Amino acid sequence: MNTSMLLGKLSLDALPFYSPIAAAGAAVIVFGGLGVIALITWLRAWPYLWREWFTSTDHKKIGMMYVGLALVMLMRGFVDALMMRAQQAMAMNAEGYLTPDHFQQIFSSHGTIMIFFMAMPFLFGLMNYVVPLQLGARDVAFPLMNAISFWLTAAGAALVMVSLVIGVFSTGGWSGYPPYTELSYSPTVGVDYWIMALLVSGVGTTLGAINLVVTIYKMRAPGMKLMQMPLFCWTALCASLLAVFALPGLTVAAGLLGLDRYLGMHFFTNDGGGNVMNYANLFWIFGHPEVYILILPAFGIFSSVIPTFSQKKLFGYNVLVYATMCIAVLSFTVWLHHFFTMGADANVNAFFGIMTMVIAVPTGVKVYDWILTMFRGRLRFDTPMLWSIAFIVTFVIGGMTGVILAIPPLDYVFHNTLFLIAHFHNMLIPGVLFGLFAGYAYWFPKATGFPLDEAWGRRAFIFWVVGFYLAFMPLYALGFTGAPRRMAYYDQPEWQIYFVIAAIGALSVLAGIICQVIQLVVSIRNRDRTTSFAGDPWGGQTLEWATSSPPPEYNFAVLPRVNSLDAFEEAKESGQPYVWPEKYDPIEVPRNSMTGVLLGGTSFVLGFAAVWHIWWLAALSLLGVIGIVIARSFATDTTRFISADEVKAHESRWRTAVLAQGKASS
Amino acid sequence: MTDQPNQHPGINISHARPEDGRHTEVTVFGFWTFLMSDAIIFALLFATYATMVNRTAGGPTAAELFDITNAFIETIVLLASSFTFGMGAVALKEGRVGGVRLWLVVSLVLGLVFIGLELREFAGLAARGATAQASGFLSSFYVLLSTHGLHVLFGCLWIVVMLAQISVFGLNRQVRSRILRLGLFWHFLDLVWIVIFTVVYLPAVAT
Repeated sequence: MNTSMLLGKLSLDALPFYSPIAAAGAAVIVFGGLGVIALITWLRAWPYLWREWFTSTDHKKIGMMYVGLALVMLMRGFVDALMMRAQQAMAMNAEGYLTPDHFQQIFSSHGTIMIFFMAMPFLFGLMNYVVPLQLGARDVAFPLMNAISFWLTAAGAALVMVSLVIGVFSTGGWSGYPPYTELSYSPTVGVDYWIMALLVSGVGTTLGAINLVVTIYKMRAPGMKLMQMPLFCWTALCASLLAVFALPGLTVAAGLLGLDRYLGMHFFTNDGGGNVMNYANLFWIFGHPEVYILILPAFGIFSSVIPTFSQKKLFGYNVLVYATMCIAVLSFTVWLHHFFTMGADANVNAFFGIMTMVIAVPTGVKVYDWILTMFRGRLRFDTPMLWSIAFIVTFVIGGMTGVILAIPPLDYVFHNTLFLIAHFHNMLIPGVLFGLFAGYAYWFPKATGFPLDEAWGRRAFIFWVVGFYLAFMPLYALGFTGAPRRMAYYDQPEWQIYFVIAAIGALSVLAGIICQVIQLVVSIRNRDRTTSFAGDPWGGQTLEWATSSPPPEYNFAVLPRVNSLDAFEEAKESGQPYVWPEKYDPIEVPRNSMTGVLLGGTSFVLGFAAVWHIWWLAALSLLGVIGIVIARSFATDTTRFISADEVKAHESRWRTAVLAQGKASS
Repeated sequence: MTDQPNQHPGINISHARPEDGRHTEVTVFGFWTFLMSDAIIFALLFATYATMVNRTAGGPTAAELFDITNAFIETIVLLASSFTFGMGAVALKEGRVGGVRLWLVVSLVLGLVFIGLELREFAGLAARGATAQASGFLSSFYVLLSTHGLHVLFGCLWIVVMLAQISVFGLNRQVRSRILRLGLFWHFLDLVWIVIFTVVYLPAVAT
């Protein structure tokens, strides 16, 4: 490929006319993007979006933007999944409709998106929104850094999306193993897009995790001890600590791979003294804790939802805290089980196999705690609870297949087959995604003031659960018969029926997603009837429900004093759930800042320029990033005060709503 | 907030400057957390170096290449800069603007001398054909050292920015807190260098 000074490797060849399907995908992105821009312009919503959202440093708005980003990326990642299922359903002794190269791009972007740009932002969104409220804090420790984290994550997601239109994406899977991803085997820009997207968003995630760690250690309400935090805060703490310690593994792995590709070094090459096993170790030293970064907060969500809808206190809070900490520590001791077959000593494999089974123990403890929370409770089956119950049942199945894979001799048989694919989807879909959906339904009325439509939520739930079983149970069977993962086509006639069933399952999930879109539309349309400002629709136990819905920018007019677990439940039992003093003080909040958007935008340009070797632009945007940070460090007037009158007006409006609701129910 | 919960031993300065306490409590703890993450990056680069040190692909080995004298001078320069920064911290505590400026400038100069010495060493190695592309061993050597070197360069830039902020704002609360964190960063880089000296240079001489 020719390179020019001005445009690097970028030329018209980068446009996706190599296949009509890729071109159609690009067209959807381009016209969809233009459509959204046109709609916003037509609604004249740009100033509103800029003022209220893009430049906001309010943890609640940033949390909602994270969730919005995650939902968009969920659509993209799911379309990838649907395309794979369709390809494999029809590719028996045939080529199907995708070229192998295109199929590889799709499974690579599916994995990358679902882990890094769907699950991670979704979790960070919920943690961002809920953790400060549950702690009785007014914001996270570093509100501006929070905005920067979000915009860097968005920049990484944008790089993946742009690869669909300009150039290609990686064909090396979400884990990007060399030597295949080295320049000699993957000469296109695909792997570079993957590296840059992960490095840019990785910085954002690290900053976001540091922010949550400091918030949880330092910003708790007066009197709240660590063992009086809601369990969701504990899981957020553990997940954030894991991110602080584990993400460097990804940064180093992707960075060194990039140095091989850009500067011709020999970290993971076949020749020149490279060592590919270093990559596997570095990547999974990050990759396995990553699994727990994803799943621990989801455990926290279930630990919030199940007690609320069982109308009981969480069973075994202390044990759950210790189990969470155990999992967090043990998660650093199992990474080698991702490559048992790569030639480690039998004793090494045995050690990591045993550690993998050990980590199932605290997880099992948690499952029993949730079941015992429900035991003799007065259960209400609202959608968050439905997701939680489906999680418990399905997750246990996935856990057991995990124990099978943890046995090295069995792993030798199952590795690289669809059994593995079935296993980790069986962990991550019920474990993480159902948890996210439960949290989404549970906290939606807190964030917006109106609940999600229950009927459409149930429909979505049924389609999702049925679709999940149909889509992934056949993959276990296929794995038993030796069907490898990542096949573009095959010639075993007996496999096809399973792939067809799996494709039907994917269609059922599609129906579930459509129901969720309808649910959102219906809920928004009915909001005049369903809106409740009072703020405690479920009978919650923790402090986020002790605010109006949506909460004011400052969260709490008077910081609550906490001296027990489940502070709001305790306050309700004492008969004094709300504090409305006679006199209010002005409250200091951070001003809006465009620093986050600017840094995200500049980092996107930096990543894009590096992908295409446009060095003048990369240097310029790097200087831009440094310049923006330095310029911001000279800003002085960074906070403003919400006047006591304004606070009082909001609080009395909320008080009226709470009292009106109390009358209606009594 | 009237009461001061959630203090961590060792990093709070509330006893000396109560008005700074709340602010630094949060920001300094956040910076420590960042340094831990950064320390893991270096740990992984050290581990990578340790596994690559014999992967010379027929090229020059560590024992043939490294010059302990230069590394020793670099060590002295960097340790001296840590000392001078410490003098700056004392001046900061006593509120002497001139002293802070002086010691920051001295630390900056020492930092730049260190970078110059490192670049001279790199140029010398490259002239003997020992480039980062020559072998896996040299790739890991250059990346480990330049990651540290870039950190030092970043620290130098940070000193320049702080000198400018002292001129604009004087030693206000923000500036004091930032110099405190810059100090943590600067000493952290010293610590990393001592490990580099021990892991990279000393074994090369010992064999």
